[in-house]
Amino acid sequence: MALLEYENLSIALPGMARPVLDGIDLTVSAGEIVALVGESGSGKSVTARSALGLFPTGADIDGHVRVDGTEVVGAGPAALRSIRTGTASMIFQDPRAGINPVRRIGDFLTESLRVNNGWDKGRANARAAELLAAVGLPAPERHLRQYPYELSGGMLQRVMIAGALTTGPRLLLCDEPTTALDVSTQAEIMAILGRLQRERDLGMLLITHDIELAAAVCDRIYVMYAGRIVETAPTAQLFETPRHPYTAGLLGSSPPLQAPDGPPARLTPIPGSPMGLLDSAPGCSFAARCRLARPGVCDRTAPRLERHDEALVACHLAEESLTSIDNIATREGS
Amino acid sequence: MTVENSARTLLRVSGLRKTYRTGKAEVVAVDGLSFSLRAGGALGIVGESGSGKTTTARMLIGLERPDAGQILVQGEPLAPTVRGRAARLARAKAVQIVFQDPYLSLDARITIGATIDGALRLHGLADPAARAARMRELLAQVGLGEREAAALPRKLSGGQRQRAAIARALAVEPAVLVLDEAVSALDVSVQAQVLNLLSDIRRDTGIGLVFVSHDLAVVRYVCDEALVLFRGRTMEHRPVAELLSDPGHPYTQLLLASVPRPDWDPDSISGRRRELDPLAAGGAG
Repeated sequence: MALLEYENLSIALPGMARPVLDGIDLTVSAGEIVALVGESGSGKSVTARSALGLFPTGADIDGHVRVDGTEVVGAGPAALRSIRTGTASMIFQDPRAGINPVRRIGDFLTESLRVNNGWDKGRANARAAELLAAVGLPAPERHLRQYPYELSGGMLQRVMIAGALTTGPRLLLCDEPTTALDVSTQAEIMAILGRLQRERDLGMLLITHDIELAAAVCDRIYVMYAGRIVETAPTAQLFETPRHPYTAGLLGSSPPLQAPDGPPARLTPIPGSPMGLLDSAPGCSFAARCRLARPGVCDRTAPRLERHDEALVACHLAEESLTSIDNIATREGS
Repeated sequence: MTVENSARTLLRVSGLRKTYRTGKAEVVAVDGLSFSLRAGGALGIVGESGSGKTTTARMLIGLERPDAGQILVQGEPLAPTVRGRAARLARAKAVQIVFQDPYLSLDARITIGATIDGALRLHGLADPAARAARMRELLAQVGLGEREAAALPRKLSGGQRQRAAIARALAVEPAVLVLDEAVSALDVSVQAQVLNLLSDIRRDTGIGLVFVSHDLAVVRYVCDEALVLFRGRTMEHRPVAELLSDPGHPYTQLLLASVPRPDWDPDSISGRRRELDPLAAGGAG
């Protein structure tokens, strides 16, 4: 059984032209790192938060989210508390936004253990120090007495990771955990997350806008656009043969670091900008930005995810798009 | 310096130093920074937080006063203090900046068109018809049209706002354009559009770019040389292709190793970082 399972999850907000999430199907198993990649407004954070029952206020929710077999949609407070304090934990982008600046690190780390598990202070402190050591902080005992402002962003993100681990979760939801950090700090945080994931056999969902980062650490990647999953495939396959024009567009938009000799070729950006919640399209939501879109086909009905080799792709032209994507790249690169 | 030489070199920076004092402690933000930029050239300034890259950008546009050193724009020193309208306009014409957050350079209460019109008027374009024509030309250059000209900044997308901020900076026809993490907050698909725009501007205008960024791949795409800053000091300053294919300094090597890629080994980073900087052991990132 999958540790985290979304089944046709849709979330709509009143007054918006399109759903925030539109039929999300996604699974994460124990011991697996899965990335959910998308641009701003694609719905990737809403997807992650849904796993903890953190739905937008006033939203109309349809479908299922199951964490270790427990249904989250429509779950009561007790079931949600059990998921949040036991099975799943979340790490956010900005560590400073998630910690009380006037309380000590030790208070932050031991609160859940003392309140939810009823541990005494000594035992909770010992566990907190152990976790700070596990995330590679040099002086756990001292850090417990420090305030958040005394730590750098990278150190504080480690504290947040330690905090996420206090309850011994089996599922870790990481929402852009390194976006606010320097590149070398990002590498250290990803190394720590990767090590903990392996040691504890955690299932991990990594939410990121950075497809290169996703490729470097994940087994499988889901690509999201305007509230829908448009493609999912094992990482290597997604990179070698992107089937959805949006995936191919994302890959063509990142300048290559190790390009062949000479000045890098001109980038092939995706025209236009990501679709907001006030825009909607009758057919494929990417059609308006797609170089391959075919009138009468792509603007009629929304494509559903269909299997092509090991990938699932939501594109009316998925069979033909492979060659077409190559043609675009050759034409624009020359 | 000969006349011919000063015409080709847009920007010459030598021995720049800036320290900040907090109580008794003195922090050296930038030290011994020297570089020059020719017409049409693009220099990348690469570094992480605390490297001094933003302080450098701020000194170049006169928002911070260097403790030592000199900044020459087209052979003329950038005055440490600016008094009076003429001097202010002259400085604006020397160097313009685009920030990471375009709201910092766009007035939220007036339309994009009015912002650009204001910049053109301040810089001596008196005829309204000529201004309107120039405004359309500038917006077209960054890929914006009438609809965006009539819009308030908050009505535009992030990418459009950043284009508008670039158009506003170009309206002044500066010798040098400083971009401080100008594409970092944009979605990748939109970032690629702005990067292509920057290379068009380089090709078409002969303006000099100082491109401040933490992103090596982006620097490689925009710049021909790059300078790596670490704790305010220059570690390496070389043609960018060479810097990336054969990094000489351990810090440059660390930065390169930190960029995610398929055979990535993030586990090796911590150790290398500690070797480089024992003070930061445990990750003062």
